[in-house]
Amino acid sequence: MSNWLRNLMKKRIMWPIGALVVLIVMNTVSRPTFLKITVLDGRFYGSLIDILRNSAPLMLVSLGMCLVIATRGIDLSVGAQMAISGAVALTIIADSPTPDSLATVLRAILIGVLITLLFGIWNGFLVSVVGIQPIIATLVLLLAGRGIALWITGGFITTINSAPYKNISQGNVLGFPVMFLISLSAIIVVSLIVRRTALGVLTEAIGINPAASRLAGVRSRGIIWSLYGLSGLLAGLAGILYSSNIMAADANAAGANIELDAILAVVLGGTSLAGGKFSLGGTVVGVFIIQTLVSTVTFLGVPSSSVPVFKAVVVILVVVSQAPMVRNWFRRIGPKLRNWLRREFRSSKTASPTATPVAMERTAA
Amino acid sequence: MSAKATAEVSAPQATGFDWRRALSNRVSWLPVGASALLLIILFTGAQIRFDSFVKPGVLSSLFVDNAYLIVLACGMTLVIITGGIDLSVGAVMGFSTALASVLLRDGTPAAVVIPLLVIAGASFGLLIGVLVQYFNVQPFIASLAGMFLARGLCYVLVPRNLKIEDTAVLSLQNHRFKFGSWYFTGTVIIAMVVVLVAAWLLAKTRFGRTVYAIGGNEQSAKLMGLPVARTKVIVYVISGTCAGIAGLLFAAYTAAGYALHGVGTELDTIAAVVIGGTILTGGSGYIFGSLLGVLVYGVIKQVISFEGAEQFKFRIFVGVLLLAFVVVQRAIVARTTARR
Repeated sequence: MSNWLRNLMKKRIMWPIGALVVLIVMNTVSRPTFLKITVLDGRFYGSLIDILRNSAPLMLVSLGMCLVIATRGIDLSVGAQMAISGAVALTIIADSPTPDSLATVLRAILIGVLITLLFGIWNGFLVSVVGIQPIIATLVLLLAGRGIALWITGGFITTINSAPYKNISQGNVLGFPVMFLISLSAIIVVSLIVRRTALGVLTEAIGINPAASRLAGVRSRGIIWSLYGLSGLLAGLAGILYSSNIMAADANAAGANIELDAILAVVLGGTSLAGGKFSLGGTVVGVFIIQTLVSTVTFLGVPSSSVPVFKAVVVILVVVSQAPMVRNWFRRIGPKLRNWLRREFRSSKTASPTATPVAMERTAA
Repeated sequence: MSAKATAEVSAPQATGFDWRRALSNRVSWLPVGASALLLIILFTGAQIRFDSFVKPGVLSSLFVDNAYLIVLACGMTLVIITGGIDLSVGAVMGFSTALASVLLRDGTPAAVVIPLLVIAGASFGLLIGVLVQYFNVQPFIASLAGMFLARGLCYVLVPRNLKIEDTAVLSLQNHRFKFGSWYFTGTVIIAMVVVLVAAWLLAKTRFGRTVYAIGGNEQSAKLMGLPVARTKVIVYVISGTCAGIAGLLFAAYTAAGYALHGVGTELDTIAAVVIGGTILTGGSGYIFGSLLGVLVYGVIKQVISFEGAEQFKFRIFVGVLLLAFVVVQRAIVARTTARR
């Protein structure tokens, strides 16, 4: 029993899950309706459903980011790519004579996502073939991307009226918001691709030691290349969700600072920025932590613009708790603390002889 | 070893000036030269296009409009040479401007406010430096935390636009020292002082040598007994201090505190530093190059506004330029490592 617990505690994913549970408990204490989910007209309503729904764009972006980070890379351009895909899709719908037809909307989405896939491939080309550091290679598109999006929309914020497009963000299937279902299917598809094929292991190999993995015959160039492409594709899809939510292509606001949130989600989920081992599950939890935090702060009546302060506190707490110095300190202080607790435990229990065997057992374990 | 031997053999034979050797000794100045060349090309092109581009008024305004960016670039150059990065500078600058506007509204004299701004900037830098050095946090994440913190505090300080009316601070921008048709302002003087101090620190002091050594190879620097930990923390403190000073200049420049001041400025700064020839993996770069980088950036901005083109074209242009420079750097680094 205690072994099982100890193994569980050793799992890295336990820390983010713990943080998420703490957040949820805090929320439930301050507003008991937090966990309540009501059913109205065959649809689910509630704060938790809102969190699942609103986290969708960040979720898509973070999944791509997690894999890119695992290769020792980073993709700063995801926010700009969101702006581009939204701009492309909405321009196509706005220019078409039949904005309400499903075919037009599907074509718009497909082209929007394909274009960001190309931009992702471009990033991958710079990183894996030209050999530019990922931060800078993707910084180029971060700087230029929003300019490109504005170029596509002609410098304006394109707005549209299209029922099928609106349904992406507002619609419901089986009672759940479509946005959540999209993010759920992205999680499932990406985890299946990564964990049911060798891709995940190869990615970790590249991240842990690029030279050794190359000598072992891993084709790192192609893998890195395609992972940046995947990141672009997911960012494009996130851009579609975002623009569907506001029914406008706002090149400056779409995905603003989402690259930072995504990196934060990945790091919170226990994936090191140094690359190597990654955890998609941890990333998913990280996204929920961020979204719950935003929801909490807004509920507490703090202006949502000061959310960055809370994020900063969370980042600092998490990275400091993962720091080797703090870990060593805990390792040093841990046994002392345990001994002290044991002594306290025994001295209080020896007074009542019946409890002594239990205490002995604990000490033995 | 082999390079040394060939040098000894070829030295007596060489007649006159050996260009190739001189060039390979100065290879770290090459990107700076490229950036200077680009600046000249831009000036020539703009002069041909607009006929009245290269004139004292325009050139003076180049410095006046970009004074804060010059200061930020100095701090960023030091950080990047150590192989780190500081994403917080834009937000810290915004925070410093916001702090100035709030303190000045409450009637604090400028003589008290200005040191406070510098201290505030330095404390953000200290936080990031300590996180990086003592808690082993990657610079990217540590400065990201600093950025979130500073940006959030901006909103707390100035939820709404807050005008600055203090004459002492505003005179930094408004009072023009004129020399014929040339002019400069207090902000430019401050920026130039920062440039000179940073250049002196980097080129002439033990601290500066240590900065280069850390960027070259941190492990070797440590084994050589250089004060790596102290230097790395100080570098971030300097960058934060520069952001604090830039906040003062920005306060004088915009005459208002606003929560969104300096959003994205960290990227402009990094772009300017890279265009100025500092290599992002660390170990190589010059303050003078970063100054050129900021000027290139400023000229492009100026040209775009002369053209009357939309601002987004400016973004695309800077992105393309950044790409070109990074590829050139990559080629240079590849050649020098191949020679070794």
